[in-house]
Amino acid sequence: MSEPILVVDRLSGRIAGQQVVEDVSFEVPASGVTALLGRNGVGKTSTIKSILGLIERTGEVRLAGTRVDRLPTHRIVQRGVGYVPEDREVFGALTVGENLRLAERDDRPRRELVDRLFPDLVERRAQRAGTLSGGQQQMVSLARALVNENRLLLVDEPTKGLAPRIVDEVAAALAEAARTVPILLVEQNLHVIRALAERVVVLSGGRVVFTGAASDLLDDEDRIQRYLGVHDAAEGQNASEGESR
Amino acid sequence: MSTLLLLVITGLGLGALYFLVASGLSLIYGLMGVLNFAHGSFLTISAFLGWEVGRRVSDGTWAGLALSALVGMLVGAVVAAATEYLLIRRLYERHIEQALVTVGLALASVALFEGIWGTDPIYTQKPEWLGETTEILGAKIPNDRFLLIACALLVLGGIVLFLQRTRYGLIIRAGVENRSMVTALGIDVRRSFTIVFAIGGAAAGLGGVLASVYYGYVSAHLGSVLLIFAFIVTVIGGLGSLTGAAIASVLVAVLQQFANYYLGGTGDLVVVIALAAVLLVRPRGLMGKAA
Amino acid sequence: MNQQRTDAAAPVDAPTRDTTTGPTPPPAASARRPLLLLAGGVALVVLLAILPLLAIDIPGVLPGPTYTPGTLQLLAYAMLIAALALSYRMMFGLAGLLSFGHALFFAAGAYGLGMTLYAFAPVAWPSELIFLGSIAVTLVVGIVLAATVGSLALRVTGISFAMVTLAFAQAGSVLIRRNPGGATGGDEGLSLDIEHVPDALVGVVNTRNLYWLALGVLVFVYLVVLWVERSRAGHVAEAVRENELRVRVIGLRPYTVKLLIFIVASVLAAVAGMGYLLLQSGASPRIATADFTLTLLVIVVLGGVGYRWGAIVGGIVYTLLDQRLTALAGSDFIAGLPAVLRVPLSEPLFILGTLFILVVLFLPGGIAGIPQRIRTGRKQHPVETEEAADA
Ligand SMILES: Nc1ncnc2c1ncn2[C@@H]1O[C@H](COP(=O)(O)OP(=O)(O)OP(=O)(O)O)[C@@H](O)[C@H]1O
Ligand SMILES: [Mg+2]
Repeated sequence: MSEPILVVDRLSGRIAGQQVVEDVSFEVPASGVTALLGRNGVGKTSTIKSILGLIERTGEVRLAGTRVDRLPTHRIVQRGVGYVPEDREVFGALTVGENLRLAERDDRPRRELVDRLFPDLVERRAQRAGTLSGGQQQMVSLARALVNENRLLLVDEPTKGLAPRIVDEVAAALAEAARTVPILLVEQNLHVIRALAERVVVLSGGRVVFTGAASDLLDDEDRIQRYLGVHDAAEGQNASEGESR
Repeated sequence: MSTLLLLVITGLGLGALYFLVASGLSLIYGLMGVLNFAHGSFLTISAFLGWEVGRRVSDGTWAGLALSALVGMLVGAVVAAATEYLLIRRLYERHIEQALVTVGLALASVALFEGIWGTDPIYTQKPEWLGETTEILGAKIPNDRFLLIACALLVLGGIVLFLQRTRYGLIIRAGVENRSMVTALGIDVRRSFTIVFAIGGAAAGLGGVLASVYYGYVSAHLGSVLLIFAFIVTVIGGLGSLTGAAIASVLVAVLQQFANYYLGGTGDLVVVIALAAVLLVRPRGLMGKAA
Repeated sequence: MNQQRTDAAAPVDAPTRDTTTGPTPPPAASARRPLLLLAGGVALVVLLAILPLLAIDIPGVLPGPTYTPGTLQLLAYAMLIAALALSYRMMFGLAGLLSFGHALFFAAGAYGLGMTLYAFAPVAWPSELIFLGSIAVTLVVGIVLAATVGSLALRVTGISFAMVTLAFAQAGSVLIRRNPGGATGGDEGLSLDIEHVPDALVGVVNTRNLYWLALGVLVFVYLVVLWVERSRAGHVAEAVRENELRVRVIGLRPYTVKLLIFIVASVLAAVAGMGYLLLQSGASPRIATADFTLTLLVIVVLGGVGYRWGAIVGGIVYTLLDQRLTALAGSDFIAGLPAVLRVPLSEPLFILGTLFILVVLFLPGGIAGIPQRIRTGRKQHPVETEEAADA
């Protein structure tokens, strides 16, 4: 197996002086989809934001072997990281076209690819992104990342709150993207994880409690219950430490 | 009827001044979260230097005034950009400290202006036509009001074009909405901070020269007086909204003129009450993004 | 400032006390420390109290020996400003309320007392009663004003709060300058009507008494501030500043606590304002301006937002510096300098403003933070951690 694209080593993150990511370590291999899982509020989004330097962090992050944890966010992204944030974060006052244009980093942006993956957006170039439906906004958000040639994609809950049909569309787009670029995917939908992920990393109480092949977790009802289930008395030790509810 | 018209047009003229100051304030706050107390000083230094250059070349002529305006805009842009680059940037993301630094700069610079140009107003010359009036529907409108309104419209148009048509404009608009997402797209948003300061400074600089036309003098406190009203305008209009700033400038200034005329010179008070009312009913201002 | 996510509940059981966020000095090394501090504080107050009886001369800092009226007047003024700064710090430093309208309440104290004394002048009561009655009336007015402004302004937060307070203060300032019914004296200012003021507090010969009065005001304000900070409300206010969401989760209403702090701080400012009126034998409209509040902000930050005594040090250093720099500006030495140096150096506010910028940039803990910086040898920034949230 080749060198991992992303190495996260003892990463901690804080928001408003409060520790939300605690000493997290894991790796993302250079191909395929790695899912980052865990219960609500466990710190998945915060982990992604720490990797990108969007929140205060300490620890080591290596992208393709180079340390990036001291770099400002835009530098990290310029090294080839595409980010699809939770809740889409499209610029509502800007048009779809402007959202995409803003995201173009490369000399030759892959506009045809984006148009092919999201035909819905083509005729809506001039529409304000704020007036799009949730699904369409998610496509804009994905398109903003896919329009560039990336070494890694960080995708945070791309199917959150979407209709089943749109979920499939998003999953298809991700599957296509995953053929050429490794993805770290935060996702709650087990079907989507089953379809896409080869490896999983599970967080609990702000820490990593499981890493391994996706099948090891997904074929084990007990583990699913323990790590991702809603109510379970036998919650792991780490989970009781504070952040998780 | 003629009084009404006079009040409205005079209000528009004053509103034009407010807008020249408030547009920069609003953009700067919207993009960077910095409440810029030094904005008045950008205006004052531009007014002084514009006047110094203009009067040496040809005092009281259109050419002199045009030169003053150019110098004023240039000075405003340069001083503002330097402020951002040398002071504000060092405190990246620490909004309170950034505001504090601008407070210090405002205090220090006004004192310096007093040291250089004295504490008394210095009366200025303007082209003859600007001192005359034009009769519209029976109302005798001072001509300088038209100049102010025209300039503010030009600035508004210019900024809108810049924001709509350029890549930096795009970055600024996006940044006002969600700055961290802009950086997450791989864009160094700091460069646009300097640009926003420069644009705001240039507008304030032009405002300084025009204020010296409107009031007929320059003084070390020219900017401080306008700054308070510009703050009010910015908040009423909605922090970060250029359109909001434009609308609120006109509303505030016209309201002020009417109150001054019909309510026994209570314009300032009425404006303050209007601010309190707007904030209580609609805390984010007329056009501001949701807080 | 920080936009809290209202949909996410923060843990309530593990309050992270964050030493880098400044305001609370590090916990005492031993139990003896508070006692030592108390003894030191009492000794300092005693020293200040007997100062008028001594002949200490510090050339360059004080205009003359400590028993002379000029020096006492200056020191008394500095102490009142320190008291005012202390009340401002309670809002800004403790509760995190950045008000631009604190001058309003100082002015309300000064003008309120002055105007009440005029209003009562024709009444045929004993002078003492009128004097004390006027003070009581002014306090009530102060409380009502503070409650009104506070309850309105606190409906918004952050910059909007700053703006509403600024607006109210501006309204007050405009009113004072406009001189309605000749009550405030307009631009000329209001002179003190001494008819019912105790003789001991009138005239240059009694500057000493005024000095003691100012010292009393400072000690009083300090004790009230200390009491509030130690009280439950103080702790909640501090918690609100750090993380409003967390406090909401515990089930307290930040609004009430903030309003309480706002009112107490404002009334304390009014008390300082009354002292100011007596000391200066009048009030000038300058004390109601936004610039005056900005000066307070400068003082508090200069002294060190994180420390109670920072406000006192800041107030005294600022006042003395201002006075000495003004004296320096008029000196022959300055007059002999070339214009490039002479012009800036003859403007005290230029020097103070520049100094302030340097403090914000390079000395984040202010003057009071210097010992701490030397001890830890680290470059800490008081509000560094707050900002990460809005990134
Ligand atoms: N802006 C904020 N202020 C305070 N606390 C926050 C903030 N954002 C997140 N948190 C806290 O940080 C912890 C982790 O949040 P995060 O969003 O990373 O979780 P998550 O695993 O992505 O949850 P979800 O599955 O619901 O998206 C939570 O306890 C949350 O309450
Ligand atoms: Mg999340």
